[in-house]
Amino acid sequence: MRFFEYEAREVVKRAGIPVTDYGFTTEASEAKQIAERIGGPTVIKSQVLTGGRMKAGGVKFADTPEEAEAHARDILALEINGHMPRGVLVDPKAEVAQEYYAGVVWDGTRKQPVMIFSPVGGIDIEQVAEEQPEKVGRRHFSNILPLSDFEAKEVIASTGVTGSALNKLVPIVTRLAKLFVENDMTLAEINPLGQLKDGSFVALDAHMDIENEARGRHKKLLADLGVGDEETRQAREATPFELAGEEVDATDHRGVAGNVTEFDGNLGLVIGAGGGSLTLFDAVRAHGGEPANYCEIGGNPSVAKACGLAKLVLQKPGVDKIAVMMSIVSNTRVDIVARGVIKACLELGYDPAEKIAIFRIPGAWEEEGFKILEKYGVEYADRSVSLNEAARRAVEKIQGVAP
Amino acid sequence: MRADGTFIAVEVSDEAAADAALAAKLTEACPVDIYAQATDGALELVERNLDECVLCGLCLVAAPQDTVRVIKLYDGEACLAAV
Ligand code: SF4
Repeated sequence: MRFFEYEAREVVKRAGIPVTDYGFTTEASEAKQIAERIGGPTVIKSQVLTGGRMKAGGVKFADTPEEAEAHARDILALEINGHMPRGVLVDPKAEVAQEYYAGVVWDGTRKQPVMIFSPVGGIDIEQVAEEQPEKVGRRHFSNILPLSDFEAKEVIASTGVTGSALNKLVPIVTRLAKLFVENDMTLAEINPLGQLKDGSFVALDAHMDIENEARGRHKKLLADLGVGDEETRQAREATPFELAGEEVDATDHRGVAGNVTEFDGNLGLVIGAGGGSLTLFDAVRAHGGEPANYCEIGGNPSVAKACGLAKLVLQKPGVDKIAVMMSIVSNTRVDIVARGVIKACLELGYDPAEKIAIFRIPGAWEEEGFKILEKYGVEYADRSVSLNEAARRAVEKIQGVAP
Repeated sequence: MRADGTFIAVEVSDEAAADAALAAKLTEACPVDIYAQATDGALELVERNLDECVLCGLCLVAAPQDTVRVIKLYDGEACLAAV
C-alpha cells in the first residue's frame, strides 16, 4: 500500500530524519495560511498516488501566500492520470546546494532489504544507475539482526562522499533503513534528500510503500496518518468478479478461498499454497495458457468456500475449464478441496470430468481426495507430477491437444 | 433417520435420534454443525453441512456403538470407523 507524500514525510519526521516545515491541506485558504507561516517562497504540490505531477502542472512555485492560495486552488481541481488530489502539500522552497538520493527497497530475490544511496538525487535512481553507475552505492542488510551505522557508512562512502557530509548522512540513511524494517515496508525513498547551503540535510520528498499483508501490524501508524481500513490504494479498482471473490472468502472464517484477480483468458485457476499460486500462474503462461484469473486457496477452507470459489471461476464468461493445483499441502485437506470443486461443477450442471482440466493437489488426506476424484472421473496427479508438468497438462487439455 | 449430501451421508438410529441428551452431545461434538437439536430436544441433521464432514469420528465416540453411521458416498458407501 502506497503512502501519499505528506504521509511519507510524516513517517520520515517521526523517525528523526529532518524534514522541511511543510504543511498539508485540502483547502486553498489554508494553503495561504501555511505559506504565511513559512514566510517565504513556497512549492505547492498535488497529493496524488501517481507519477508525472510536475509535467501535469501539479507542482507550482509561489512567491507570496496569495500566489500559494491561487496555485492550491488550481491544483486541488486538477486531475492527474485519472486521480483527483487528496490535498496539497505546501513546502518551503529550500535553497539547496546539492540533491542526494537515499532509499531502501525489498529485494525479493535475495529476500533481504537493500539500502541504496547516491550523491545524484532529484532524478530517478534507475537513470543514475544506468548513466553513472559509480555514483550508486548498494548494500543488502538483515531485517532480523540489529542494524549498525557502519552499514550505511560503507554504502555512502562507496559513492565518494566524505567528511562532514558523510557524518551527517549516516544517521539519516540508518534511520531510513530502520523505519523500513520496523514498518514492514517494501519501499522507503527520500528523493531528493537536499543538502542546504549551511551543510545540513533535509528530506524534500519521500515515497513509501508498506506491505499490504502487514497493515494489521501497523494499525496505530495508519490511524495516526488517517488511513482508513477501507482504503486499499490498489493500482486499479476491484472488478465485480474480484469483489465477488472477496465475498466468497468472507463467507466463513475457515482458510482462504479468494484473493482473486481477474484476467481475460479461458483457463480458470483454483490455485494456492505459499507462493505456489504465483508459480502455477507463471507456469500456465509459460506453456502458452491464458489464465482467466489468479486466486489463492489454502489453510483448509470449508467445502462451501472451495465450492464458492470454483463456482465463481467456472461462471466467469469465457472460462472453458478450470485447473485445480497446489504444491504439496499439509495445512489444507485434499479431500475437502476435491469435494468443493466437484460440488461446484455439479451444482452448475457440468460434468466434473469435463470441466476440471486437472486436479493436482497432493498432501493431507490425499487418499480420500483421490477416491472422490476417481468416482467423478476427474484427471488428477499426485506428487510425482511437478507443478510445471501439471500446468502443461492443463494447458494442453484446454487447447484440445491430446496429452 | 438418514440425510444424504453429495459426498457424505449420516444415519442415526431412531432410538438415538429421540434421545435429547444424546442429541445435545452430538450437537456439541461435531465441529462442522451437522447435528442440531429441535425445540423438543430431538436430533436434527443439518443437510447443508453434511458435505463439510471432516471425518473426525467424534460423533461416533459420543454415541453408543452402532447408533450413528457416517457414510462416504464416494467410497462405495463405506462407513467411517470409530476411533
Ligand atoms: S465425523 Fe466429525 S465432522 Fe463428521 S459428522 Fe461426525 S463429528 Fe461431524
